[in-house]
Amino acid sequence: MGWFKRLKEGIQTSTVNKRETPEGVWYNCKRCKETSRVKTVKDNFYKCPKCNYHIRIGSHDYFSLLFDVEEYTELFTDIMPKDALNFTDLKSYKERLEITQKQVGLTDAMAVAEGTIENRPIIIAAMDFAFIGGSMGSVVGEKIARAIDRCIEKRIPLLIISKSGGARMMEAAFSLMQMAKTAVKLSQLAKAGIPYFSLLTDPTTGGVTASYAMLGDINMAEPESLIGFAGPRVIKETIKKDLPEGFQTSEFLLEHGFLDFVVDRKDLRDRLADLLFLFNQKSILTNKVLSTKTKL
Amino acid sequence: MKQVAQKVNAMVFLEFEEPLKNLYNQLDKIKDVASAGDVDVSIMERELMQKIKDKRKEIYSSLTGWQKVQVSRHPERPYTLYYIEQMCNKFIELHGDRYFADDKAIVGGIADLDGETVMIIGHQKGVNIKMRQYRNFGMANPEGYRKALRLMKTAERFGFPIVTLIDTPGAFPGLEAEERGQAEAIARNLIEMAQLKVPIVCVVIGEGASGGAIGIGLGDRVYMLENTWYSVISPESCSSILWRSWDYKEQAAEALKLTADDMYEFGLIDGIIKEPVGGAHSAPEVMARALRRHLKKVLTELTQFSAEQLVQQRIEKYVNMGEFNVGTVR
Ligand SMILES: [Zn+2]
Repeated sequence: MGWFKRLKEGIQTSTVNKRETPEGVWYNCKRCKETSRVKTVKDNFYKCPKCNYHIRIGSHDYFSLLFDVEEYTELFTDIMPKDALNFTDLKSYKERLEITQKQVGLTDAMAVAEGTIENRPIIIAAMDFAFIGGSMGSVVGEKIARAIDRCIEKRIPLLIISKSGGARMMEAAFSLMQMAKTAVKLSQLAKAGIPYFSLLTDPTTGGVTASYAMLGDINMAEPESLIGFAGPRVIKETIKKDLPEGFQTSEFLLEHGFLDFVVDRKDLRDRLADLLFLFNQKSILTNKVLSTKTKL
Repeated sequence: MKQVAQKVNAMVFLEFEEPLKNLYNQLDKIKDVASAGDVDVSIMERELMQKIKDKRKEIYSSLTGWQKVQVSRHPERPYTLYYIEQMCNKFIELHGDRYFADDKAIVGGIADLDGETVMIIGHQKGVNIKMRQYRNFGMANPEGYRKALRLMKTAERFGFPIVTLIDTPGAFPGLEAEERGQAEAIARNLIEMAQLKVPIVCVVIGEGASGGAIGIGLGDRVYMLENTWYSVISPESCSSILWRSWDYKEQAAEALKLTADDMYEFGLIDGIIKEPVGGAHSAPEVMARALRRHLKKVLTELTQFSAEQLVQQRIEKYVNMGEFNVGTVR
């Protein structure tokens, strides 16, 4: 297989995000309730042409939107979830995994791919909300860890696209430890002087926000995404008050100093290309800076 | 503080301790009889004390996950400041994150632990109704995590080992906590703790709930006291989300495999520190002595490693955490 695998448009995307990506002819906006042609929506970066609502899309949709000529190689596809705890609630975790895998055509909530944006290499790790609410379990942690190893080895920047309800309860403490695991790996990436861009999308909450999503050298978010640590329902129950308008949105986080900028999906590729260009330019201080860097 | 010295109606019994309560009631009655007349009840009293001891041992030798959760939340359980007071010769509490405020739910400072200066940091719950409010029930705001990080950085600069004591029902889910970046504060601690050049020893002394716990819980060695729990979510919240009802907390506690034994078996912690029979609250000073001995031993072990070795091993330890299959899609 060549370095890049050619993916025909639509093949991955049509099976991947059954629940999220619009299919058929007409799209009914979740927010403004207006109807648009699916073709128009797709050409509009999966945003509602009427109200600019950013539809929740999957990992491969982002790969297609971002990589040059929609070419990329998916990595670490052999990492599969495991029911280490023999977890059962109303359904067994094993069963839940099988059903979800069949329904959404993914193996877990994260896909990693390597490719280029404006001819500059980048590794993108993107989450899939369709897979058990984009929850973070051992697979997500391991894929991020391996992506970081590859970024360090090849000196390639990393982009993580977060879209998650938080940790995966069915993996209990293992999922909690993924917060630590991804953080220790990011500390290595930082030490190696390789840029990490974090894109937060709707929604990003819980243990994902409280680990890698908030740790970018650049933190950015799609407009009007729900971003927070605790979920709005829990906060409301705790403080026994209604939450203010716009609370825990991207714009709220920007205002409070936790994001570098909010980026419309149509501008995302260009913005990333600019970041890659700027972070990649030879610094006039190169020798000085590199000499203080610890060799990994 | 010792329960035996108390009258039964002043003691707090957990629901599964009902048989103990009955025995203590009998004991009270005998004492009343004794004080009313000059009957010698010392033999009966001794027998009853032995019965209580046996019963307590029996009950505590086979606690379920949910029962351990209850023990970990016992209102008389010792908290961080108690341990510090018992274990350390000198302790100077340090306050504030230098940006916003001093969080009362996380305390910390420099202390002398058997001839060695350590930075000791922990969640702090209140010891009575008024103090529980003051300590926000051990639920920290972002400034708590930032204070903890500030103290850890100070420790790193001066080469002091770091000890953290974990006991929280979770990071505080409040409006201001979100405004000030609860998630960022926890995430920042994790990435910074990964690279600290001094030994970090963490001990779960009560509740180890989710991000609020791990926010000061990334270390070279992590231990749990015998009757504590550590999980991604409390059994109650897990029940409400996965069972869509608050009534399945026992099942949730079992399913989450949150006890010290489970965590040790999974290789997610490095060891379990035994509690006195009847739980840490039944003999707090015994517990504190055991914890001090343990910390001393572990800190001595860790001195054999260079800063680089510590960081390298710490990273490897967490990278190895995770259970997944490697193969192709079925
Ligand atoms: Zn719309």
